[in-house]
Amino acid sequence: MSAVTASAPATELPTTAFLAKHLRENLWFYLVLIAGGVLMVAPFVWMVSTALKPAADQFTRDLIPRQITFENFGKAWELMEFQHLVWNSFRIAALSTIGQVVTCSMGAFVFAIVRFKGRDLLFLVLLATLMVPYQMTVIPQFIIFKTFGLYGTDVPLYLPSFLGGAFGVFLLRQYFRTIPLELLEAARLDGASLFRIYWSIYLPLAKPALAALAIFAFMSSWNDLFSALIYLPSDLEKTTLPVGLALFQRLYRAQWALMMAAVIISIAPIIVAFFFAQKQFIQGFAATGIK
Amino acid sequence: MSQIGVSPRGAERFWVIVLLLPTLLGLALGAFGSIAATIGISLFQWDLLSPAKWVGFDNYLALPENRNFLKALGNTALFSVIYVPATLSISLVVAVLLNQRIRGVSLFRLIYFIPVVTSPTAVGLVWTWIYSKDKGVLNAIITTFGGDPVHWLGSDMALYSVVIVNVWGAIGEGMIIFLGGLQAIPRDVYEAATIDGASRFQQFLAVTIPMLLPSIFFQAVLCTIHAFQAFDYVYILTQTGNGGSSLPMLVFNIYREGFNYFRMGNASAQSVVLAVIVLGLTLIYSRLNKRWGQQG
Repeated sequence: MSAVTASAPATELPTTAFLAKHLRENLWFYLVLIAGGVLMVAPFVWMVSTALKPAADQFTRDLIPRQITFENFGKAWELMEFQHLVWNSFRIAALSTIGQVVTCSMGAFVFAIVRFKGRDLLFLVLLATLMVPYQMTVIPQFIIFKTFGLYGTDVPLYLPSFLGGAFGVFLLRQYFRTIPLELLEAARLDGASLFRIYWSIYLPLAKPALAALAIFAFMSSWNDLFSALIYLPSDLEKTTLPVGLALFQRLYRAQWALMMAAVIISIAPIIVAFFFAQKQFIQGFAATGIK
Repeated sequence: MSQIGVSPRGAERFWVIVLLLPTLLGLALGAFGSIAATIGISLFQWDLLSPAKWVGFDNYLALPENRNFLKALGNTALFSVIYVPATLSISLVVAVLLNQRIRGVSLFRLIYFIPVVTSPTAVGLVWTWIYSKDKGVLNAIITTFGGDPVHWLGSDMALYSVVIVNVWGAIGEGMIIFLGGLQAIPRDVYEAATIDGASRFQQFLAVTIPMLLPSIFFQAVLCTIHAFQAFDYVYILTQTGNGGSSLPMLVFNIYREGFNYFRMGNASAQSVVLAVIVLGLTLIYSRLNKRWGQQG
């Protein structure tokens, strides 16, 4: 960590000599990071490469396909009737996201600004549930949903999201705490109800944190294999993308070009969203580290 | 924690209850009710068709003789022993490198983070293709250099192959947590160390590691929980034609017992064992954190 690089103003264009010195001093850092980065993206590169190859070429080892085709995407879409899988995944993820954003923001608002007896203890208890493995809760929930005849429907996949959650409440409470209490006091003097304050002051001001939670909730639901596996019938019209892909693997064994196209179809929405909203994606994960 | 905020008056109490209701319901039903129920169900024999039958601790007593359970427990333990230190150390190194004054930090961060956001089921399929015995690219590379093809996902190698994928998928998350911790270390601590003539590596050992210990322990707890709950990659990479797995782990076993065979008591007992192990490890970590963390 040299003081020279540390104090160089960011706006000034670096000279060649400066860059050369910087590279010399940090060469090993760059080499290790680049080598690691190649390992991180290699599977994705190979996925795209395979998906663009005609079926006859799928076993060639060329990184750049000799002949590029997009037919695998159309074929995979037809075989798997992806419109059902995508719609099911989207519907469930959207409902889960709404549930999380609404109920976590409600809870977080109370924990952030309302003083009541036992609040901090209750909050600690809520945080402690983050450490509970989900296997400890899934069996009774399964039995309850089955008893109410909801087994085989998508209700068990989004309904739990409407009961708040430690992660979302924690994330939003941190953010709500940064909003000056004077705003709240002024609104109270004007006779605004707590709900009004929550709805018209806190929610609009917390948009970045709400976006981070929404993205996190949507992604978790979109990628969730376990719940769909236990609650939904293994039927391409009724299930979600992750289970659909697992079925694809069994049905079209060794049709790798098709399979890679199917994988790309299923991860594309999240990848595109990630490139546009990188900050919000990472913020959600970073929040778990702040204590 | 200080009591920041306002005390509710009159009608405000009503809104406090309404706003808090979903969270309270979630805590009561989703968390505590379910935990209590899981423990309760573990004392019964229940297939959901006939009435539940009280069997006391029989479900637990049968576990040491249940070969599938022992196998799954052994696999999960070995998986964790490799996964946790590997994930922690690699993501720590990446975070420390990214915390240097280098260019392209946001690009590197983006690249290392992609596997965290993509569906493990989908990406797991890409890895089955890479690991494929006959035509997979990994064996192609090995045979090019004169080696013998490896049966990566067969029962001998599956554990190691699957751990690699899980570590690969988790580096980005650890990196983000550690970067947060590193950025909280004041710059002048390093500047003082530089003036004292400490090399970058000495600074890493004497400044970075001690100041980062709380983050490291926290991440160790998260990684351990992840290791004991590993399911998606395991399921996709090792599923066999008959619905079994070439690498049965605890969660897979619970899934099979509970949701394929509907042996709810047995599955609950295994869940309780899993939770007790995770809780025990968490307590050990927090003890270690208290002892070492305060010396630093």
